[in-house]
Amino acid sequence: MSGPQAAVQTAAPRVWHMYRAMVGIGILCGLLIVGVFEVTKPIIMANKAEYLQESIFKVLPDARSSETFRVDGDSGFTKLEGEATAGEPLVYAGYDDVGHLVGLAMEAAGMGYQDVIRVLYGYSYDKDAVIGIRVLESKETPGLGDKIETDPAFLENFVRLDVSLNADASGLANEIVAVKTGEKQNAWEIDGITGATISSVAIANLLNKSTSFWVPRLRAKLDDFERTE
Amino acid sequence: MSFSENPTSGTDEFIKGLWRENPVFVQVLGMCPVLAVSNTARNALAMGLATMFVLVMSNLVVSSVRRWIPKQVRIATFILIIATFVTVVDYVIAAISLELYRALGAFISLIVVNCVILGRAEAFASKNTIGRSVLDGLGMGVGFVFALLCLGAVREIFGSGTLFGVQLFHDGFQGWVMMILPSGGFFTLAAWLLFFNWLKKRKEAREVTPKLELVGQAKRGVA
Repeated sequence: MSGPQAAVQTAAPRVWHMYRAMVGIGILCGLLIVGVFEVTKPIIMANKAEYLQESIFKVLPDARSSETFRVDGDSGFTKLEGEATAGEPLVYAGYDDVGHLVGLAMEAAGMGYQDVIRVLYGYSYDKDAVIGIRVLESKETPGLGDKIETDPAFLENFVRLDVSLNADASGLANEIVAVKTGEKQNAWEIDGITGATISSVAIANLLNKSTSFWVPRLRAKLDDFERTE
Repeated sequence: MSFSENPTSGTDEFIKGLWRENPVFVQVLGMCPVLAVSNTARNALAMGLATMFVLVMSNLVVSSVRRWIPKQVRIATFILIIATFVTVVDYVIAAISLELYRALGAFISLIVVNCVILGRAEAFASKNTIGRSVLDGLGMGVGFVFALLCLGAVREIFGSGTLFGVQLFHDGFQGWVMMILPSGGFFTLAAWLLFFNWLKKRKEAREVTPKLELVGQAKRGVA
């Protein structure tokens, strides 16, 4: 803090005035920020929760209600009670009108062109496929990379993206890969976006990594998610 | 650049920011958000309104405490006041719409260093009454919103064929991607500056036509 010290030497009689101005305004500004933070915090939290809920229903189109599960060591999954710790991997289970499990939604993240892309995707165990995806956070180039959120042809890939398991159920039978636009031949391939190759490949990679982790574990413990009542 | 300090009417304080001293097209201040967040009309409007709010509030506070701020710490104090209102805007936008908050990204925090705001605090609000400073902030803010909208609308129409998200052309329209990228921002800004300068020159030429004729005659005389 060379500024105030230099000022002390050059204009000593005014030091009190400087402190009064800076500290006084600093305190008032601090109070204002705290006030606004306290007022907006619950609204922001509610918005985030609502957005997540909406996203779950979007990636699991048949779901009418959902519940959050946490990983319980190696033994399986338990229903989340209270608050999750930050960064804890969670699984959102979607149920239809009669309380039957229709699918599971997970978050996945991976490096995109500019920054980390975070997505929520829905997995259907009947179809053995990813049945929906929603980008939660991305800073991809507007007009090019952000087509991963808007391009209908690209989103078509995730209506039924095959993630069936290999013979010993330890991983995916076929890795999810991005291919050039219009060259998709198999159900586990993602048709890329022209001009946004890096973003398309990023989505394929992050889904591949996340599904090869989650799908074997989820399939082994599907009963944990069934509603018991 | 002339910052009017001579006594002028209240409406003039407001009007000058819109046109004669427009922060973007005339003073060419605060270019970072102008170029970065004007890729769609909606982002441009939101960014403009956020900046306008900060501008008005900081002008209000700076002008009301101007007597108690010693010269040596004035810049630090102004930044403190500006940063406070930017933080407030940051929370409020997050509370209003998460989607908008994500679209504006880091640029909300960067309003702190937008030189339009510090410029008005230093050049105007620290020397004028509260009423005048608020009018000045409003005028400059509306001028800033207008400029951002000019850029945002053009870039969105050419770049994605929409305006405020409403489809303008039939499905065959191929967006001119460059317009949405930063380079498009520079080109659009240049085109607008050219247009406004042309307007200004034409107006000046009309106002001084008689004089010009005299000059012309004089020149011919010399030749």
